[in-house]
Amino acid sequence: MAKSAFEEKLHSDKFLVTSEIGPPKGVDVSEMIHHIEILKDRVDAINVTDHQSSMMHFPSLGGCLLIKEHGGEPVLQMTGRDRNRLALQADLLLAYSRGIVNVLCLTGDSINSGDHKDAKPVFDLDSVQMLHMIRMLESGKDAGGNQLKGTPCFCSGASVHPEADFLEPQLIKFEKKVAAGAQFFQTQGVFNVTKLREFSEYASQFNVKVLAGIIVLASARMARYMNNNVPGIILPEEIIDEMETAEKGRGLTKGIEIAVRSIKLIKEEKLAHGIHIMAVGNEGVVPDILDQAGSGGVNQ
Amino acid sequence: MIVAEQKPLSEIKYLISPYKQILVLGCGTCMTVCGAGGEREVSFLSQALQLEQSMNSVSWQGFQEYTVKRQCSNEFLDVISDIVTTIDCILSVGCGAGVQTLARRFPDMPVLPGVNTSLLGMEQQPGIWDECCVACGECRLGDTAGICAYTRCAKGILNGPCAGNKNGKCEVNHDIDCAWVMIYKRLDRLGQLDKMRHYYSMRNFKVTPRQIGLIQKPDLAGESDG
Repeated sequence: MAKSAFEEKLHSDKFLVTSEIGPPKGVDVSEMIHHIEILKDRVDAINVTDHQSSMMHFPSLGGCLLIKEHGGEPVLQMTGRDRNRLALQADLLLAYSRGIVNVLCLTGDSINSGDHKDAKPVFDLDSVQMLHMIRMLESGKDAGGNQLKGTPCFCSGASVHPEADFLEPQLIKFEKKVAAGAQFFQTQGVFNVTKLREFSEYASQFNVKVLAGIIVLASARMARYMNNNVPGIILPEEIIDEMETAEKGRGLTKGIEIAVRSIKLIKEEKLAHGIHIMAVGNEGVVPDILDQAGSGGVNQ
Repeated sequence: MIVAEQKPLSEIKYLISPYKQILVLGCGTCMTVCGAGGEREVSFLSQALQLEQSMNSVSWQGFQEYTVKRQCSNEFLDVISDIVTTIDCILSVGCGAGVQTLARRFPDMPVLPGVNTSLLGMEQQPGIWDECCVACGECRLGDTAGICAYTRCAKGILNGPCAGNKNGKCEVNHDIDCAWVMIYKRLDRLGQLDKMRHYYSMRNFKVTPRQIGLIQKPDLAGESDG
């Protein structure tokens, strides 16, 4: 099967831009469709989160189907938190049958951080095992070794945390993901340029594309909250201080300013092969960020 | 060791409410050590229930106390077989295995749990136990520097840390060390970091209730019905 549009771009020298949308809690998908319309011609692919922060939402796969219907390029985020290997494979088969082939394999946040704290955490597979499972499906067999009728093919990716306190174990896992066939990486939000420079130099030895995660902060309060409560986010004090300097009601403008500055730096210093913008509910500002950063757009 | 906590007295009262003659039965091994169901706790619980009996109108009339060496072994239950003929129910402060062994050994006797069996733990400090094993039947501690990733990582990840740890602490509880950071540090200390680079494949979860035995079971395949 032909590669996905996103996979073809992964093999080019283009500076890649992806962004993400979070499905609603409920069946009113109008805002999500609005975000798809805003983003689809400005980014190379749109991720759809999988019960973001372990909070129950409209499914990632449903969001990806909507992106396809509206002419966009989806990336199916898939965590192992809520589904065992049977359910994950079944969703992958459905995804492939509908032309959704870009998959981001994640272990998933813990159940405790979400809004169904009493639920049974599944975690049958971790992200590395999920990548291996995809390789098995692509070989024509399921994870149990049984023959498939019709073989799918995916463009699989994973995440990495370049700013982790204990970086070496993260890098060891990163290398396992590369060995398991991850073609692209979308990093956790990066704010520390020194650490990103170090990671960039390290990652350059591998034949994978790294998209640096850009989180658009909306206020100092949000920054502090995320720093304390959102797994995988380490905000330097100076970023929080900078957010504090924003005039009342102008936090998002300051957040956009920081995001634009980061993107420009990443491009100038070639610290990544692209960026992954996480606007956390403010998806409408992504085109503005891309305009200001002189970046992105499917045809740029 | 198996670690348990005594159930709230209100729940125990509810459980024994239909019965008159009650045997409070302790266990001399894990439950004694963890302080949930040894001889001392049997005495305390029995006294608390008798106090309740003296203050409120309740159905129960009498309590007997006994602590066997090990509730999960049939051979240690013979000593209570006479007592069992004189009671209406057993309130066991043994672990779940003890309660179920009693239920199988005394098929006509209601057996009620007086504790919540909580975990397989190791002592962190006197009276505080850390869960360290889920008895998965597929031990990989040799690869993870003696620290169980499956039990002590909140997500049971087998291939390295998630991105949620901060300052070496788990995203689920910032007071708990990230299992994978601990494994990393100890493998490093032992000069075995290469073990962390291995790919650990999907687990076999063995859903069927498991049974193990030191004694080889007889091969029944060739035996005739007669």
